[in-house]
Amino acid sequence: MSLTQDDVKKIAHLARLSISEDDIPSYEKELSNILNLVEQMSAVDTSDVLPMAHPLDMVQRLRDDVVTETDHHEQYQSIAPSVENSLYLVPQVIE
Amino acid sequence: MHNKTLSELSAALQAGEFSSTELTQSYLDRISSLDPQINSFVTVTEQTALDAAAAADKRIAAGAAAPLTGIPLAQKDIFCTEGVKTTCGSQMLDNFISPYNATVIEYFNAAGAVMLGKTNMDEFAMGSSNETSYYGSVKNPWNINKVPGGSSGGSAAAVAARLAPASTGTDTGGSIRQPASLCGITGLKPTYGRVSRYGMIAFASSLDQAGPMTRTAEDAALMLNCMAGFDERDSTSAQRDVPDYTANLNESLEGLTIGLPKEYFGEGLDAQVGSAVEAAIREYENLGAVVKEISLPNTYLAVPTYYVVAPAECSSNLSRFDGVRFGYRCDDPVDLEDLYKRSRGEGFGAEVKRRIMIGAYALSAGYYDAYYLKAQRLRRLISDDFKRAFEEVDVIMGPTAPEPAFGLGEKSDDPITMYLSDIYTIAANLAGLPGISVPAGFVNNMPVGLQIIGNYFDESRLLNVAHRYQQITDWHARAPEQFK
Repeated sequence: MSLTQDDVKKIAHLARLSISEDDIPSYEKELSNILNLVEQMSAVDTSDVLPMAHPLDMVQRLRDDVVTETDHHEQYQSIAPSVENSLYLVPQVIE
Repeated sequence: MHNKTLSELSAALQAGEFSSTELTQSYLDRISSLDPQINSFVTVTEQTALDAAAAADKRIAAGAAAPLTGIPLAQKDIFCTEGVKTTCGSQMLDNFISPYNATVIEYFNAAGAVMLGKTNMDEFAMGSSNETSYYGSVKNPWNINKVPGGSSGGSAAAVAARLAPASTGTDTGGSIRQPASLCGITGLKPTYGRVSRYGMIAFASSLDQAGPMTRTAEDAALMLNCMAGFDERDSTSAQRDVPDYTANLNESLEGLTIGLPKEYFGEGLDAQVGSAVEAAIREYENLGAVVKEISLPNTYLAVPTYYVVAPAECSSNLSRFDGVRFGYRCDDPVDLEDLYKRSRGEGFGAEVKRRIMIGAYALSAGYYDAYYLKAQRLRRLISDDFKRAFEEVDVIMGPTAPEPAFGLGEKSDDPITMYLSDIYTIAANLAGLPGISVPAGFVNNMPVGLQIIGNYFDESRLLNVAHRYQQITDWHARAPEQFK
């Protein structure tokens, strides 16, 4: 499995990662090498095998529908890059 | 004091031989004079350590001490610690002061343990050499030109260098066991779900598990007694009682059946490492254990399966780092997409970006079935291998890592070669099984680890099996020359 430089750019966009043009050839090579490593998987017939999402046989726990969290927004927002009136600030999205 | 094990220190503190304040100061002094050689700490919390030690001394004087009261510990910098920088080895979190504590940290605090500081690690726990840390490589105390292993390399090096009697690690594909092996200490990865993941920065959520890194199995038992337990804040926490892990340490190994997977002794294993492991197994035969050759036929699929499952889960988990709520934000973003892309592009290092991209690709439309779903099917085959094996044997043994510590920089340009450092550890994570690495000799003056894999929730037996070996050998008691 070999990726092209365009594939690398598309994946970087999907992952919301800026990567410099200079680094694209090395990503192309390294990501292709990793995909070649995992390519061994396709040789195994797994049509009768159930996917295993999780190591333990367990069901999702339920809890009572009551409020357990208390308000920590000032503490949590004190470490945010930019906050005003308890709102996280980002570049303008809506004109 | 620094040559005593955690168990010995605990007894000495309670007998009043010295105070926790004296002990803590002695470790802080060692860290400040010796850690510049190995770079095992990212943050040293001197004042909070001394405050906690003073509180521990009062508790001991009041007769209310727990086994870990007053014991100084080093915490991997992946555990959130309230009011203390928690970096996960990344520039992304270089400015992150956690607003809350991980459950593991709360348990240690409740026991009266003293945190010395936060240990260096591969960025977001992605690496096998500690060279991907934003804070620089950690050096192996046995030879500072070699890697300590990873990702819990700082925790392993700190314990090996006697800068802390014990530390915590996390293990997603071998990140406790492999550095323990390379640094000559004992490292236990418990069963998936045994120790809470709450407040432990997520890498691959179906694989991540925290555990102790210590000099001896007895110390690991004391640490696990404190760390293990159900936590409603972790959705995959195991709802099972926690036994006293020290209770069975001395049980006889007469009749214990040890499985040796032939796949763990083949191509790729350094011959001298193989000899050291075989010598360790002969010691077990002397202790009355019976050895049986077994096969784990899907072993060769573990690395490929892992390098789909782990990156896929990491690409999902690390999407939370968006430059908006906490962590690194790029300068002067022109729009929201630029804010996301540059904050992440600048804040993450190369290995983290590679894995996020592999994961994003494996999960993208049209590829999900061929990669993530396929890997989950193979994961069951790998897990079924172990289920069959544990019908015949009590524990499985083999090498922890295929070779002793390699040189700094030797593999950092080649991700694939680096990934193969974990060929013997990854399968236990995929299956969710517990595993421990114990010091089992030296090759060219560098430590070698024996890996023991147990059945689900059989940590007591692993610790018993490790402890009995440590009673008849002294590999675990050796210290690197400059750190004696």
